[in-house]
Amino acid sequence: MSRIVKISRRDFLKTGALVGGGLILGFSLPVTEAAAKGKAVASFLQNAFIRIGTDDTVTIIVNKSEMGQGVYTALPMLIAEELECDWSKIRIESAPVGPEYNHTEWGPLQGTGGSSSVRSTWNQFRKAGAAARTMLMQAAAETWKVPQDTCRAEKGFVINGKSKKRLSYGALAERASKLEPPKEVVLKSPDKFKVIGRPTKRLDTPGKVSGKALFGIDAGVKGMLIAVVERPPVFGGKVGSFDAGKAKKVAGVVDVLQVPSGVAVVASDFASAEKGREALEIKWDEGENAGLSTAKMRNHYAELSKTPGTVAKKEGDAVQKLAGAAKTLSAEFEVPYLAHATMEPLNCLVDLREDSCEIWTGTQFQTVDRNTAAAIAGLKNEQVKIHTMLLGGGFGRRANPRSDFVSEAVHIAKGVKRPVKVIWTREDDMKGGFYRPMWYDRISAGLDEKGTPVAWRHTIVGQSIVKGTFFEKSFVKNGIDGTSVEGAADIPYDIPNIFVDLHTTDISVPVLWWRSVGHSHTAFVVESFIDELAHVSGKDPFEFRMGLLGKNKRHKAVLELAAKKAEWGNPLPEGRGRGIAVHSSFGSYVAEVAEVSVDRKGEVTVHKVTCVIDCGRTVNPSTVEAQMESAIAFGLSATLFGEITFKDGRIEQSNFNDYPVLRMREMPKVDVSIISSTESPQGVGEPGVPPVAPAVCNAIFSLTGKRIRSLPIKPEELKA
Amino acid sequence: MFSLLINGKKQTVKVSPDTPLLWVIRDHVGLTGTKFGCGKGLCGACTVLIDGKAERSCQIQVKDAAGKKITTIEGVPESSPVKKAWIEEDVPQCGYCQPGQIMQAVSLLKEKPRPTDADIDAEMSGNICRCGTYPRIRSAIHLAAGKPAKGGRK
Repeated sequence: MSRIVKISRRDFLKTGALVGGGLILGFSLPVTEAAAKGKAVASFLQNAFIRIGTDDTVTIIVNKSEMGQGVYTALPMLIAEELECDWSKIRIESAPVGPEYNHTEWGPLQGTGGSSSVRSTWNQFRKAGAAARTMLMQAAAETWKVPQDTCRAEKGFVINGKSKKRLSYGALAERASKLEPPKEVVLKSPDKFKVIGRPTKRLDTPGKVSGKALFGIDAGVKGMLIAVVERPPVFGGKVGSFDAGKAKKVAGVVDVLQVPSGVAVVASDFASAEKGREALEIKWDEGENAGLSTAKMRNHYAELSKTPGTVAKKEGDAVQKLAGAAKTLSAEFEVPYLAHATMEPLNCLVDLREDSCEIWTGTQFQTVDRNTAAAIAGLKNEQVKIHTMLLGGGFGRRANPRSDFVSEAVHIAKGVKRPVKVIWTREDDMKGGFYRPMWYDRISAGLDEKGTPVAWRHTIVGQSIVKGTFFEKSFVKNGIDGTSVEGAADIPYDIPNIFVDLHTTDISVPVLWWRSVGHSHTAFVVESFIDELAHVSGKDPFEFRMGLLGKNKRHKAVLELAAKKAEWGNPLPEGRGRGIAVHSSFGSYVAEVAEVSVDRKGEVTVHKVTCVIDCGRTVNPSTVEAQMESAIAFGLSATLFGEITFKDGRIEQSNFNDYPVLRMREMPKVDVSIISSTESPQGVGEPGVPPVAPAVCNAIFSLTGKRIRSLPIKPEELKA
Repeated sequence: MFSLLINGKKQTVKVSPDTPLLWVIRDHVGLTGTKFGCGKGLCGACTVLIDGKAERSCQIQVKDAAGKKITTIEGVPESSPVKKAWIEEDVPQCGYCQPGQIMQAVSLLKEKPRPTDADIDAEMSGNICRCGTYPRIRSAIHLAAGKPAKGGRK
């Protein structure tokens, strides 16, 4: 069925505006060097998202940040489906900051996150494509003086059915841009989709293979300096005093200045800046976190978990039913702080002038960063321009309501009065905070005589990632930060008495969303504990879950297919074990089966992960598959290795030697299946992460009888 | 003053002799395809070829690279089997580590034109990909070596 949708004025910029000259061709993002090479072609804005050049190029202006998840391909696919353009003529440009580019679900905020890009632009981008096509068709009809319904659009041309005349979009662009945008458009019925749902090669691949793709760290402007910042060794610490004498004598060092985040060394190039930093002498006022330690924090959390917290979910009377249950089971789970460890360390280039500020960076939060920069620079928001570069990984780190890496760079630019690019080293990045919080969970369940769970009680202890930010108002309801309990307060299992409570701790370690957010810990707890219950009841973990999933058809479907694909129940070779987990997050449903072995030293090898996702309607199956592989690698890094710990207020990790992440030799074979669905499209970037840890740990249990309740897995606990 | 031969082109740079080659390439020569990832030779993002062999440019001082043949990602032809295979398998996600991965793969294939999965594990495990494109990197290497790609996945 086709849908008629209304187009709001907000979806359009003023049409008819000539944006000619310096249109950037190819996949280069807007940095000066690339722009200078661009061939000047007149181009016309059809609406906020589409610009058509007289050379037939279709430039799609994407308001979501590309960090690997494939938005620079999936979102153009939505437009192309309706625009009927020639796919090979599409170019991508990152959107500037503007109200027309705000997230459709987040209020006045432009940003990328929460696995929401496809879902939130599904109508918006298709409508933009349909509107532009309608205008091109109208322009052709007026040119030929024929009724518009005798014309059709096909692969970048408007064709008249009777006369067989054809005009390319490029030829029609100028005329079309002078027309009023249609008040409503008819969207294609899904059975007519030609682009959506087809495995499509990424538009950003060639640039990323040639080496020409430009990330934030690659941005440059004339006269640019490079800065590194020495930040306090303890969170909340301050510069007591510093001596820049030696640092300033280092060749290439231009300036040393104190900024709110520490001491910046500004030089002609990175290597000189680093040398200058080494020569800095700083006395820190370490502040109240100087005694912070993971061991102490853990004990504090464990004690808290024994006391009542704020109620997040209450159904029936879990406390009473637990007391009266035929069998009860209790356990504690814990997970550590985790760094995002994006491959591209944080960086930000700022060119601050008297009445303008240009920023080049890889960010997921354009509006927040822009407004923060404006406030520091003493400019109006509109005077700040953000060039969103490619992100060398995001995982949530580049969506910071506190704009840490942008605000710091603006402060430095303000001080040195020249364009400056701040580069974080790997150590700076890893010790820079904004981690996935550490969590401690206490959980218990009561079973009846048949082994059916009748009561479930779960107490969660950890920091809120939105506390103290402008998100607090919308995210915290009745004292509960929804992201702390997501995946725990909404378990899919039919258990009549459920009680979930939360202790939000007051620890000043900066925390943030980390790929799959709260689900990254709740799925581990819930899916491990359900597995424990299955074993205690003497039931097969797959069958046990199926029996408790009741009306949750989509959970059941992914679980069933994953079990089938992984040959659940078929014997495995000696020394191998299988584990299963299912979890819903960001609107999607994912089940994973892990196949593992454990050697005599307790080292775990994950041989294979079978993954099934139901993300509703699929836009680019090739990307969905890649995102599942990606999520599994990301989840395995956390399961097997990831841990940020504190001692004497200091972070004990610094680089990939002591914060290992998954490498090629550790990558399992991954088998991904996508459920064919006509439901609305949902999240893909994150939902593959949560089931990884429990599937692996459940597999280890089935093989060794040892239950992992603390991540990362410690081989010494699994030694033969 | 150091004279470097990068991608067949002579480059003269005025830097301190201990400057890491990575930063000479990025900041002084202006080739930004070679990436900074860890600065400690732990991640492989900065991999370049020196006299045909993969090396971590963050760990090599410019004085030791002078006079040697240096190849960066920009110096690998777009028509090379490795780059073509990378496009065919649509390997990159965020893409940041890929120049290093490609340089490492070029080096591997030069040494072992028909690498096994074990060869790939051994040679490529020094190059981190946080997006987990490893299965596609494996396929692309097999494809570049002339094997059908999909069947090559571990």
